[in-house]
Amino acid sequence: MLEISKGKSRLLSSIMTLLAAVFIIPVLVILMNSFKSKIYISDAPFKLPGAETFTGLENYIGGIAKTGFFQAFGWTAFITVFSVALILLCTSMTAWFIIRVKGKFTSMLYYLFVFAMIVPFQMVMFTMSKIANMLYLDNPVGIIFIYLGFGSGLSVFMFSGFVKSIPLEIEEAALIDGCNPLQTFFRIVLPILKPTVITVAILNTMWIWNDYLLPYLVIGNEYKTIPIAIQYLRGGYGSIDMGAMMAMLVLAIVPIIIFYLTCQKYIIKGVAAGAVKG
Amino acid sequence: MQKSIKRYFPIFVLPTLAAFVIAFIVPFIMGVYLSFCKFTTVVDAQFVGLSNYIKMFQDKDFLYSLSFTAVFTVVSMVTVNVFAFLLALGLTKGIKGTNIFRTVFFMPNLIGGIVLGYIWQLIINGVLLKYGATITSDAKYGFWGLIVLMNWQLIGYMMIIYIAGIQNISPELIEAAKIDGATGMQILRKVTVPLVMPSITICLFLTLTNSFKLFDQNLALTAGGPGKETQMLALNIYNTFYGRVGWEGVGQAKAVLFFILVAVIALAQLFFTRRREVEN
Repeated sequence: MLEISKGKSRLLSSIMTLLAAVFIIPVLVILMNSFKSKIYISDAPFKLPGAETFTGLENYIGGIAKTGFFQAFGWTAFITVFSVALILLCTSMTAWFIIRVKGKFTSMLYYLFVFAMIVPFQMVMFTMSKIANMLYLDNPVGIIFIYLGFGSGLSVFMFSGFVKSIPLEIEEAALIDGCNPLQTFFRIVLPILKPTVITVAILNTMWIWNDYLLPYLVIGNEYKTIPIAIQYLRGGYGSIDMGAMMAMLVLAIVPIIIFYLTCQKYIIKGVAAGAVKG
Repeated sequence: MQKSIKRYFPIFVLPTLAAFVIAFIVPFIMGVYLSFCKFTTVVDAQFVGLSNYIKMFQDKDFLYSLSFTAVFTVVSMVTVNVFAFLLALGLTKGIKGTNIFRTVFFMPNLIGGIVLGYIWQLIINGVLLKYGATITSDAKYGFWGLIVLMNWQLIGYMMIIYIAGIQNISPELIEAAKIDGATGMQILRKVTVPLVMPSITICLFLTLTNSFKLFDQNLALTAGGPGKETQMLALNIYNTFYGRVGWEGVGQAKAVLFFILVAVIALAQLFFTRRREVEN
């Protein structure tokens, strides 16, 4: 790209460093406040904890007890992992079928999935949560099925786009050699789809892990996910326990940052690929 | 080949289709129908014609939310994209630590809306402390608070897309412009910006839909306060459904309008991207 002089490069580096600090500071402020006694947080949020205000892990212990954080973490992980796995398996198979079997029915299905992508959640939230309730899907297992249904639009669309680019000859050769469609799909097609599998997995993980309204409406009365547990801290009109809030925010961010730093390369690529197609 | 695959319909398509019908198709059709009904649960619906839609347009809070959301969307589109583009320009000059900067700027995008809302509630209240105010003491604090939050969340995301666009420009073009004596500003305006137009369209629409549909951040940061002065569309719909008994039908009518608005935005995007493909 454009080469720039050393002086300019240094100036640019320092501007970027400053901006990076601006991006990180909010998270650090939360971290710092999570170790302060709750009455000192709202009054002086930018002051470091001192001898008087430092409370050690008290906020964490209290917050975990209040929100049932570990349970929430467990449910969120359970729902996210199994929903994403089910979405990947089912929608990749469906996309392959839709593209390979040409016909009115499959092309109608394709357009329905594309249509579903643009419908905002508010449009179906009331009726869908009532239906989930009637069909006994209002539990952590049932909600996985809901996520498959609601997430299938984007996922089928992204897989279809990639399937179209796979040359037909490879699959035909496999079928001639005696593979049935299932074998063809799992041995030939799925390995070729791997980059899209990663993209779709990342997009769905980010969505489901952070989703608030859908799980709140469907299973919120009995089971809390992390976002529900945090919103729960606000409660009615009373004042928020700021100490517990800070500690829970930190606990909510830490797994995301660990996930991000471990698969950073895939996340950035996946998000960019998803944006261009979506 | 088609025939042999066709027989496997129950394995390949049926599970997805069943879930899709239950979680999307049926709720969607019922939703459209119920927007013409009065109901409190879905089984006691009575057809009332257009009265929900009439009530919706008489609801001042709703109209206010609509305009608040529109203004918010425009401001956030402009600010997010300007900052993201500048960052992308800065990070394609080959300075040291480019990867680390990129990692840091993108990080907030992965944090969920509820968590983001409470992070910024603390920060903004902390800043306003000096002036003896909180984020819910005046709608303009809430508005700019939401803008700051949105920028913090989306800049990194848009920046990634812009970086990909800028890196796609062939260095020869810029070299040629330089030889012809173009200044840095001229290169930016006449070469870089036109060539990253596809990325600009994508980013504009992504920020548009993300801002227009905002819910979690709104709920966590201000919950609509003071009063309903920072209540955005999605939150207004939610509150109509679950906060006012007897207004479920109006809530559903609002949801239908919301869907139509989002669909129009999506179709516009399709139109703009298609047109560009033809031009190329």
